[in-house]
Amino acid sequence: MLERIHVIICGGEACSKQEAKDIKREFDRLLEQEGLTDEAKTVMTGCMGLCEYHPVVVMYPGEVLYHNITVEAVATIIEEHIKHGRIVEQYRIPEPFDRGKIKNISQLKFYKMQKRIALRNCGVINPLDISEYIARDGYFALAKVLREMDPKAVIDTMKRSGLRGRGGGGFPTGLKWEFAAKSVDDIKYVICNADEGDPGAFMDRAVLEGDPHSVLEAMAICGYAIGAHQGYIYVRAEYPVAVERLEIAIRQARELQLLGRNILGSHFDFDIELRLGAGAFVCGEETALIASIEGERGMPRNKPPFPAVRGLWGRPTNVNNVETFANVPVIFMKGADWFKNVGTAKSSGTKVFALGGKIMNTGLIEIPMGTTLREAIYDIGGGIPNKRKFKAVQTGGPSGGCITEKHLDTPIDFDNLVELGSMMGSGGMIVMDEDNCMVDVARFYLDFTVEESCGKCTPCREGTKRMLDILNRICEGKGTEEDLDVLERLGKMIQESSLCGLGQTAPNPVLSTLKHFRSEYEAHVYDKVCPAGVCAKLTTFTITEDCIGCTKCARNCPVGAIHGKVKELHHIDPALCIHCGACKVACPVNAISTKPVMKEEHTHV
Amino acid sequence: MKSIEELIKLRDSARKNINMRLNPGSIRIQIGMGTCGIAAGAKHVYQKFQEEIREHNLKNIILTPVGCMGECAFEPLVEILESNGNHTIYCQVSERVVEDIVEEHIIGGTPIEKFFLSAIKR
Repeated sequence: MLERIHVIICGGEACSKQEAKDIKREFDRLLEQEGLTDEAKTVMTGCMGLCEYHPVVVMYPGEVLYHNITVEAVATIIEEHIKHGRIVEQYRIPEPFDRGKIKNISQLKFYKMQKRIALRNCGVINPLDISEYIARDGYFALAKVLREMDPKAVIDTMKRSGLRGRGGGGFPTGLKWEFAAKSVDDIKYVICNADEGDPGAFMDRAVLEGDPHSVLEAMAICGYAIGAHQGYIYVRAEYPVAVERLEIAIRQARELQLLGRNILGSHFDFDIELRLGAGAFVCGEETALIASIEGERGMPRNKPPFPAVRGLWGRPTNVNNVETFANVPVIFMKGADWFKNVGTAKSSGTKVFALGGKIMNTGLIEIPMGTTLREAIYDIGGGIPNKRKFKAVQTGGPSGGCITEKHLDTPIDFDNLVELGSMMGSGGMIVMDEDNCMVDVARFYLDFTVEESCGKCTPCREGTKRMLDILNRICEGKGTEEDLDVLERLGKMIQESSLCGLGQTAPNPVLSTLKHFRSEYEAHVYDKVCPAGVCAKLTTFTITEDCIGCTKCARNCPVGAIHGKVKELHHIDPALCIHCGACKVACPVNAISTKPVMKEEHTHV
Repeated sequence: MKSIEELIKLRDSARKNINMRLNPGSIRIQIGMGTCGIAAGAKHVYQKFQEEIREHNLKNIILTPVGCMGECAFEPLVEILESNGNHTIYCQVSERVVEDIVEEHIIGGTPIEKFFLSAIKR
């Protein structure tokens, strides 16, 4: 499994076993001749069930399947595939599998459409054992950097790779490193921002838990590039598994002297310590994070000076996100140009997304930039359960916005998402269907930012609170015409007058839903109905034909608004109903409908 | 570690240890144990595998936790890698299913298709 390349030859009895043997012998002979026996290994297996394509050879990694191979073809495969990493198209089978035969995970669409760079080791190696990381070429990027490159070359490689910060902002990582490298000081710091706070995003946690060494290695590379000897990982205490595995990883790396003094005999010293955060969202902002490490209250500071000039304890500091760091070793192992070729021209590489909400495959996916939202949601995510209709996808967490159906074919990259009024953010992707009320969704995110605002800037502290008040009012059916205008005006003002990213982006969920789903807001304000049937006060409860006449709803209704005889269809008296929802909870057959009786044009944009 | 040569030596010996193909007949059992997996019960599954391996006195088995495999909706996930190159992923594994996997797949050599990730995920 862990040599560079494995050649699996199907040696099933069913077809031409002799041919398969000859092919294997030829592979072995040529590999020996080329001195590649340490790098590539041939294995003869039982029947793979692809007899009509026989003889078949599968190359790992990549699971490249070659068919109708002859002894003569072996030399080509070794030359092209094994030595140069190029796929020999002429022998390739296009998609031979039907779903019924799928056995191997990587043939599932879910995995097949992904490209795992940052998550390359997640779910593959034992994160508690450094030797498994090393077995997969771990710490070789660091070794290469220390031995063959000067700091300037490291930064140039990073710049050429086009890697942009995965924490949300999308600032070019190479440039950031260059700024820190140019600041003159004896003491500099590298910080890994692992204060993942967006509701529904957990990619950083997955990397720290599944592959902690990749972050440590990348931080050491960064330290070498900018001239730092100390790194800090700021991780939230509410990630206990990640903290524990990081501690173990740091200890093991120190034992092998891959951290500490004189790493790999290079006279370069670098060490890493953990700093635990208490889970404040604002500490994901780099200056607030720095304040928190210093022991101050986590509040953002003015920029400039940027941390690259004056950061932790007044020293030049480089702060990168976990996922950004996880990409770094691969860039040095496979080359900046390789990395640049993945993804789009302006956003190279991949992005990890946490799929959540109304979607079949809740989970973590890593896709090349430029994949469309539709591919991510329908092909990888498996679409929306219960045959519901797609309404919107929320990206970027509380700082992002909603993207509607008509933009689903937009290729995902940093700039496209911003153009749509959302943002990449750390990579949460929450899918919403027709049962989600967009006003309620906006209220949820705003409620979060109101809680998490540090209070330094009045517009953010007070403005978001006022916006939340208005949304609460709208959801209760007390909204007025001018509320919508006030929301917009307040939102824009908060964006313009807040110091840090939290305030600058806090109104985004409201503004983007106002833009794309204004009719839903209007239904709440003018018609006093919630089209999705979420806001209880604005929902008409009715009993459908499914009613079995069990009388449970009538017995649970606190105001006696439900009438009906045993085993007969019940009715709700709308004049008495207080919209508490007790009947819906009580009904054993889900016969209480919350769908409003209203004109069709209000239900969708 | 003082040089890259030492690192290469360590890598090569580590590869030998965990390389299935160099250890004929060996089986590597990987259990997705990120926070998501643990929350879904992966720790119990891990312990159950330990017990079963002890009980059946199985040799040549590597049981290891790994990080999140991405399919959080179908956890706990167990991946079985065999020296013949077969990979199998079982999903929504319970302690009860662990017994079946050990008896039928690991001892008996017959994977249980109905628990495959590809079978449950349609």
